[in-house]
Amino acid sequence: MTGTPTAPVPHADAMGVGDPAPTPPAGGQSAIEAWVRGVPRALVVPALALLTALAIGAIIIIVSDRDFVTQMGSNPAAALGAGLAKVRDAYIGLIGGSIGSPRAISETLLQATPLILTGLAVAVGFRAGLFNIGAEGQLYAGAASSIFVGFALVGVPAFIHLPLAVLAGIAGGAFWGFIPGFLKARTGAHEVIVTIMLNYVAYRFIDWLLNQPFFQREGRTDQISRFVEPSAELPRLIEGFRTHWGIFLALAAAAFVSWLLFRSTKGFEFRAVGLNPSAARYAGMSIGGTLILAMMVSGGLAGLAGASEMLGSNKTLTPGFSPGWGFDAIALALLGGARPLGVVFAALLFGALRAGATPMQVSTGIPIDLVVVIQALVIMFIAAPALVRGLYRIRVERRIGSEVFTKGWGA
Amino acid sequence: MGRVTAAAAALSPARRGGLTRERILGVVYLALAAVIVFVFTGVEAGDSSAFGLNLGRGGLQLPDVVVPSAPTAYLLALIAASLGAMQLIRGFGTRWAVVLGVVVVAFVLAFLTWASAGGSINFAGLLQSTLQRSVPITFGALSGILCERAGVVNVAIEGMLLTGAFVSAVVASATDNSWLGVIGAVLAGGLLAALLAVLAIRYLVDQIIAGIVLNILAVGLTSFLATRVLTPNPDLNSPERFGEVQIPVLTEIPLLGPIVLENNVFIYMMFAAIAILSFMLFRTRWGLRVRSVGEHPKAADTVGIDVYWVRYRNVILGGMMAGLGGAYFTLGSTGSFEQEMTAGRGFIGLAAMIFGGWAPVGSFLAALVFGFADALQSRLSILNIPVASQFLQMAPYIVTIVVVAGLVGRVRAPAADGRPYRKG
Repeated sequence: MTGTPTAPVPHADAMGVGDPAPTPPAGGQSAIEAWVRGVPRALVVPALALLTALAIGAIIIIVSDRDFVTQMGSNPAAALGAGLAKVRDAYIGLIGGSIGSPRAISETLLQATPLILTGLAVAVGFRAGLFNIGAEGQLYAGAASSIFVGFALVGVPAFIHLPLAVLAGIAGGAFWGFIPGFLKARTGAHEVIVTIMLNYVAYRFIDWLLNQPFFQREGRTDQISRFVEPSAELPRLIEGFRTHWGIFLALAAAAFVSWLLFRSTKGFEFRAVGLNPSAARYAGMSIGGTLILAMMVSGGLAGLAGASEMLGSNKTLTPGFSPGWGFDAIALALLGGARPLGVVFAALLFGALRAGATPMQVSTGIPIDLVVVIQALVIMFIAAPALVRGLYRIRVERRIGSEVFTKGWGA
Repeated sequence: MGRVTAAAAALSPARRGGLTRERILGVVYLALAAVIVFVFTGVEAGDSSAFGLNLGRGGLQLPDVVVPSAPTAYLLALIAASLGAMQLIRGFGTRWAVVLGVVVVAFVLAFLTWASAGGSINFAGLLQSTLQRSVPITFGALSGILCERAGVVNVAIEGMLLTGAFVSAVVASATDNSWLGVIGAVLAGGLLAALLAVLAIRYLVDQIIAGIVLNILAVGLTSFLATRVLTPNPDLNSPERFGEVQIPVLTEIPLLGPIVLENNVFIYMMFAAIAILSFMLFRTRWGLRVRSVGEHPKAADTVGIDVYWVRYRNVILGGMMAGLGGAYFTLGSTGSFEQEMTAGRGFIGLAAMIFGGWAPVGSFLAALVFGFADALQSRLSILNIPVASQFLQMAPYIVTIVVVAGLVGRVRAPAADGRPYRKG
């Protein structure tokens, strides 16, 4: 096999997208198209997707508002005005809480750290043709093993203890990823169902661990683990701000994934198996082995996210410490086009949304879950670029999403 | 995407010969027998286990079945071990499913004997709880069948159940009419499914991604609205639950009568749905057309079947089915909506659909297995056995994994499942 499987060939578009320098036709060009012409093509769909999602989020805020519903009949204009004011306050709170102050930026980076890592985890899976929905469970598995090493070893110097605890997290996540990879390779069990089920198993397992005397903090009856030893802590970047060295672990992981996927033999095999398993098999690659390894790398990255949370920000394990980073990861991998750099930027964006959501809820009472809705809408528009294209009457490449294929149930 | 399927077929275990799989099954049976011998016989000598066969209400009362604990466990171990040995020596060919069922039942009975040693367990109550817990799983599986028989993979069942649960609670509370709640849930499920259909059929979005997106959307929207609307207005989250409907005369049938025929209306709707869908799918022209679209859309198109219309219609019907199942959570079971209350039942329904070979009756039987695992874990946490409740709670999920891993090569999905159809 000599050719390099680069990005999949985009579908030939009737409108001529893909020409190196498309000359815009004289007529039929929409205002939005003219407006976005200066923006790089790859950013058009994500940007419009985000804007549309925010607009729909605004509608949801307005129609779910009690005052709006009661006032609508008597004074629609005032009701709408009050609703729009609520939207403005909510989004100002969201933005202020994410980039409005040094503390807000620190919170955004703090939230972005696990998102980068879980997003990379899902992206690696996508590249190998695997749909890893288990990043959440792998994150918990990584967190549990990392915190255990973090508190069980006492009196070990930091330069040994910290790497050990981080590696334990990677190993825990990799093991949780190995199970679906192995089952997929050996029995054909679809990884979507297996990883989702393993998420639930991981929750229950953590639930059990936190009731065990060797894990639970002394003198506590609630579910909380012992504190990680200072020698295994990831230090903060700047004293007084919560963001920590985990962000550099995440960026290093992004560089590693970039190298792995696009510069290494293993990564070539991942992508070959993901793009065309038959050809990969014909070229002598082991499909099963590649699937298992890809799932382990994917799980290991998610496990690293758990380790970074345990050693950097939480310092202790509690059930439900993740607000769903492992699920946001699916959106991130899609948004970032399953490219490491794309994932990093997407994670910064989602980190900002997550960081801003709490101040938004505090100041305006709009529930945090609004951010989940916005994220779901973003993925929907990213996965269906034709929707955005139809909505705004612009031409965009059909590129993102082609990395991933539905494979039935393997039967 | 033909290349992908070809590779999937190359990966599929069926091609690697049945011999290894037969051996693995044999070893598993022997291992289960060993667990029975080494764990489940660990009871006080002379202990006996009682199985209650009544639900405590009137009618014909049956005496408890009382068995000596240890000897029963040894007997069940013997059954499992001999079946395992026979499996290893000569295999059971096409009757593997029956044998698997016998071994699983033997193992479960041995477990129950152990768990209730020196006491008693309400076997009839366990079975009724099994049936009740299988309801949303069955509706989920039927939803999957409707979609996938027409060639559209639906992993959004979870989101449809959740949406159905939410909408039914709100509508039933607001209108003081539980039936309107059911209708609302059905419509909401259909609406979510319509979105899935548009994304998958019109915009050719990868069907699994579309399904996952809808799940996230459903979780986000219902949680958002629950916090923003239901928490400040608890009167919008207090629907009236459906009461028990007893079928007269037939409830007098010992054991089976009270278990099956003293339930709320959802269970009867479930049986009706199973019967109607089975008949429609395998005995009518409608079903033949649906299946042809799922197996070979091009051929179906050639003979004049409108592939897109069949797919849109079936996906939306599937969503309505899942919406109905979602209403069970609030109107049939707990009586109020809680965030993420479906807890993976939609995915378990998908596994039940695979287990049941994309057929309604088979899926229902599979759902009963999951329902049993679920019912067992909720009851055994009361019994005094040395297994942490968290491990029992893992049971339904682990059973799902085992089923998906063990059966996926043995059952066949519709040939065009998950593949978008492009005319011409």
